[in-house]
Amino acid sequence: MSKKNIENIIELSNELRWQIGDDFHDNLTEGIYADAATIVKDNVQVENGKKRFRLDSKIDKIVTSKTLGFPIMFLILGVVLWLTIIGANYPSSMLANLFLDTIHPALKGFATSISMPWWLDGFLIDGVYLAVAWVIAVMLPPMAIFFPMFTLLEDFGYLPRVAFNLDNLFKKSGAHGKQALTMSMGFGCNAAGVVATRIIDSPRERLIAIITNNFSLCNGRWPTQILIATIFIGAVVPSSFSSVAALLSVIGIAVLGMGFMFLTSWALSKTVLKGEVSTFNLELPPYRPPRFWKTLYTSLIDRTLIVLWRAIVFAAPAGAVIWLISNIYVGDVSIALWLIESFDGFGLLLGLNGVILLAYIVAIPANEIVIPTILMLTVLVTGIAGGEGAGVMFELDSISTTGDILKAGGWTLLTAINLMLFSLLHNPCSTTIYTIYKETKSTKWTLVASILPVILGFIVTFLVAQIWRLF
Amino acid sequence: MEIKPIKSACDTCAHFNAEGLKKLGINVDNFDFVVALAGNPNTGKSTVFNALTGLRQHTGNWPGKTVTRAEGGFQYNQQKYKLVDLPGTYSLLSTSTDEEVARDFILFGRPDVTIIVADANRLERNLNLVLQILEITDKAVLCLNLMDEAKRNNIVIDQRTLAKDLGIPVVATSARYNEGIPELIQTISEVANGTIVCKPHRIKNVPPNIEKAVKKLSVEIEKEFPGISNSRWIAFRLLEGDSQIIDALKTGELV
Repeated sequence: MSKKNIENIIELSNELRWQIGDDFHDNLTEGIYADAATIVKDNVQVENGKKRFRLDSKIDKIVTSKTLGFPIMFLILGVVLWLTIIGANYPSSMLANLFLDTIHPALKGFATSISMPWWLDGFLIDGVYLAVAWVIAVMLPPMAIFFPMFTLLEDFGYLPRVAFNLDNLFKKSGAHGKQALTMSMGFGCNAAGVVATRIIDSPRERLIAIITNNFSLCNGRWPTQILIATIFIGAVVPSSFSSVAALLSVIGIAVLGMGFMFLTSWALSKTVLKGEVSTFNLELPPYRPPRFWKTLYTSLIDRTLIVLWRAIVFAAPAGAVIWLISNIYVGDVSIALWLIESFDGFGLLLGLNGVILLAYIVAIPANEIVIPTILMLTVLVTGIAGGEGAGVMFELDSISTTGDILKAGGWTLLTAINLMLFSLLHNPCSTTIYTIYKETKSTKWTLVASILPVILGFIVTFLVAQIWRLF
Repeated sequence: MEIKPIKSACDTCAHFNAEGLKKLGINVDNFDFVVALAGNPNTGKSTVFNALTGLRQHTGNWPGKTVTRAEGGFQYNQQKYKLVDLPGTYSLLSTSTDEEVARDFILFGRPDVTIIVADANRLERNLNLVLQILEITDKAVLCLNLMDEAKRNNIVIDQRTLAKDLGIPVVATSARYNEGIPELIQTISEVANGTIVCKPHRIKNVPPNIEKAVKKLSVEIEKEFPGISNSRWIAFRLLEGDSQIIDALKTGELV
């Protein structure tokens, strides 16, 4: 092989390209299609002239219709969330009972019996073990219910219909219609949603999809929303409506997230990421009856356990950090208390508090551990540790005890609402940030995607707090 | 080119090839052959992948689910195969990231066999990609998947004449129910070992002036790279002005 000959070949191709003219690409594509048509005509028969895909197109007429498409979408989302809220309650308290009431005292007893030094006992059992136990008790039940249902919908073929329904809204906001699919993936995991943006051809629209994916509530945040809504929103209405109220508020937050996604996409496409909306073909695949048990199995293995494992991996060191900052004293104040007090002013301005802000810093590695962290820190601040020591989580066998602790920490309905808003609007977790960097290979866009939601979160919670206090 | 003639009733039994098969999961050291899995979105590539490797790659009923390559392996008759699941694409002519991943692997990864998974219900549209892949590689198997749905839709496909027209073996499967997978494995091994030699279809309906230019160019390419099998496809890409292919030609990555 010689360089010169290759240059000659390229030269020749340039020359020939001029001769054959502009239509080359179209001609070639037409040629391929003509070949395909001939081959199909010779080999494929549709028997009896029966009409194909009858049932599919009937279902599609309903679920993608202008009037019913959106209500059906919200109905399905509502049913899935409702089953998750209702179903997660009992297993959660059973797990909490097991891990916190039974195993934890046993571990403590064992540590005493081998006369383990107090700091090692505290660090391992009260720090690492409790954080992990909490994450499992809080996270596992809702995930084990939510993911299989989401996967069943996915296998059935409903996701592309969602994309079809939302296409017009995305187009109006200057984004790609396929962003609806990456958004749906984001409802499972934002990092997965960011990777999924590879299906979008145009770099401009792909960036928009990446930056705004964080507005899809991910699985790490669903349990936070569901728990806080159940404790606080559910409590302001008569108890027979409490789960409905909690459900509606969680759906409200999810829809608000979609609203922010459209708004931010629109703002980006009008300012820094200007450009035309590209057209695309969206294939509506045939509905396929999901194979129930297999789906259940794979979604447990692929999603629930992997996500849970990730949460545990991040919770263990976070638990250690919380214990350490609560037990290392500078002067006569622990580091945690000092941080909380210095964040408190800003936190209260946002209708939140110092505990929540510190929890969000500790929980940057994983959104899943926000609630456990908040609880541990609240216990620390309020000093209701029941003699167990600082930075220690203790028995919380029901959602109502969790509520009691938070109320003791000075939480109001405003704190709850703003926490739900802030949980929607804050920086992505470190895994997602890293994924964004890998996908965009740009520090600038990674920073934009990380900081933009926090700023929005500050603005929104601040406004809500100020308006709330007016009345 | 046809699937080997049926010798006995055993050949049609799904368990026929099962004894020689060992699913290796992600354990793909020291493989003998590389097999690529390509096809349109949502034709069940990941399901075929799982059926062959015993892995449980997440599958989903929406186009564009696989955006990266997944790798796994299986062993059949003492030979180890590395299987690469590529993102689904409608074409190899444009350049989104997922299409590039697929095209680059077929072109530069030079798999020993490329399995093209096609939806039997939408064969005409699927053939667009099949015909493009056949311009790039001459060792391919068409996996006609979703046959169960095709049956429900009263679609009948003559696999033997289709195999003849395409010049590659055609295997009908319903990967979801593991139907046709043993036959697919057998066919892959025969193509990999050269027992089956493919004579892939090349795009015919090209206007004469373009055909002339392509021929002129591919003769020159063949002169420079004797024995190259996809000179015609390279000529297509050069005429299109594909800078990536021009670069690959310069650096010698293509041969």
